Amino acid sequence: MYDAGKILIGLIIFLAFATYPFYSNMGKAVAKPEPKLDTPVIQKMEVKKCVESKEFMRAEHMQLLNQWRDAALRRGERLYKASDGRTIQISFQNQCLKCHSNKKKFCDECHSYAAVKPYCWDCHFAPKEAKR
Amino acid sequence: MSISRRDFLKIAGLSGLGIGFSATDLLWKRGRADAVEYMPSPKGLTAKRWAMVVDLRKFRTEEDYKRVIDACHRIHNVPDFGNPKDEVKWIWTETFEHAFPFQRNEYLPEGIQEKKALLFCNHCDNPPCVRVCPTKATFKRRDGIVAQDYHRCIGCRFCMAACPFGSRSFNWRDPRPFIKEMNPEFPTRTKGVVEKCNFCVERLAKGLKPACVVASNGGMIFGDLADPDSEVREILKTHYTLRRKAELGTRPSVFYIIGGEEDA
Ligand code: HEC
Ligand code: HEC
Ligand code: HEC
Repeated sequence: MYDAGKILIGLIIFLAFATYPFYSNMGKAVAKPEPKLDTPVIQKMEVKKCVESKEFMRAEHMQLLNQWRDAALRRGERLYKASDGRTIQISFQNQCLKCHSNKKKFCDECHSYAAVKPYCWDCHFAPKEAKR
Repeated sequence: MSISRRDFLKIAGLSGLGIGFSATDLLWKRGRADAVEYMPSPKGLTAKRWAMVVDLRKFRTEEDYKRVIDACHRIHNVPDFGNPKDEVKWIWTETFEHAFPFQRNEYLPEGIQEKKALLFCNHCDNPPCVRVCPTKATFKRRDGIVAQDYHRCIGCRFCMAACPFGSRSFNWRDPRPFIKEMNPEFPTRTKGVVEKCNFCVERLAKGLKPACVVASNGGMIFGDLADPDSEVREILKTHYTLRRKAELGTRPSVFYIIGGEEDA
């Protein structure tokens, strides 16, 4: 074999680079996201309930938000009848974010874990900014 | 066990159908909780075709215009960049000859020649901006309001080119630092979208008249053009009114009373 030494060294360097992400993260389990529910509004609630069930919200909140905005803006329907019969005024800022006023500890907690970056905050006030 | 080519195809076809059905089922249910419904608020104001009459006789001082403009721009978080190049506006003033170029005539009474007109989106019945929008971001609601869904706006500015009234502004810069007092209840816009007057759809949904109408001390009258007994129709019956560039056929829903005796 020609240049076996050089090839081996090359291979070792290649493997070192290719596997770097794995061993550099070894043992450092990324903390599971733990969205916090300890906002003033939620703490005052007797029955701590979201718009829909927790499972539904966790899995489908993006779809729900899309439907809310189309209903409110395109069809002028600003009331939402939830599956448990409650009627809720549709508003992203004045509903979702009134209860979940801890964007950093709630929305961002999951989103940075899942590496999604919703662009909503370009226009909709994140709760803290609105207070200034 | 061996299976013939024919049987294999039959089974493959059936399983394909099965997968297809379960997938449509999944897609159908996605994002929907059981038995949800959307409906308009019963408190909301409704009409077949919203329209506005601007009684310019009631606008006498700079303050009269400013009060109305500020009321709108404050609640909608409209930025003030302080220079005409970047300007974003929902409601503004213009000289008579610019507002009504075809009515221009050097022998008009002095008071009218110098009169400023109060301008905003005409919410046309035949809106050219809606026709050109490639994403349907701007669309006409069933109540006649030409609305804009900022979520779909891609900033192409076709609507600005199509609008003969200059009712639309483009955000060349991030508007947030230029908003004096933020209204936390209403979103801002962002760099790269077009914006304009929305006839206060968010207030109508709550049963409130547009902010400009409330601030105008009777200088602006809002109502249903399709209802022959509405206040706007009464005024149009008894007063001579102008619409901006009506010749162009966009059928504006904003009417102007320019001169004449003032009503009590
Ligand atoms: C009335 C207050 C309230 C409103 C309004 C509200 N939420 Fe919630 N939300 C809660 C509570 C309380 C929980 C926890 C529910 C539980 O533990 O069963 C929750 C849970 C959630 C979860 C799941 C969190 C997890 O740990 O899995 C998401 C996601 C969520 N909400 C998003 C939203 C969105 C999006 C909106 C607007 C469409 C919204 N919420 C509106 C109170 C609210
Ligand atoms: C329980 C964790 C969790 C919480 C809490 C949560 N989200 Fe999410 N969200 C996700 C995940 C995961 C995704 C990505 C889903 C995907 O990519 O399919 C997502 C996606 C979204 C999207 C779509 C983004 C895109 O680019 O498609 C929006 C909008 C959104 N979330 C809004 C919110 C808001 C607003 C809140 C706070 C009120 C919130 N979410 C709280 C987990 C969460
Ligand atoms: C370009 C600016 C902009 C961006 C970006 C934006 N919105 Fe909006 N959004 C608005 C405006 C303006 C309204 C109109 C409010 C009204 O008429 O009441 C609105 C209304 C809504 C509404 C319905 C009514 C209401 O008052 O809440 C929902 C729901 C909504 N947005 C959700 C979202 C979500 C979720 C995102 C991110 C994925 C987002 N928006 C991003 C500007 C924006």
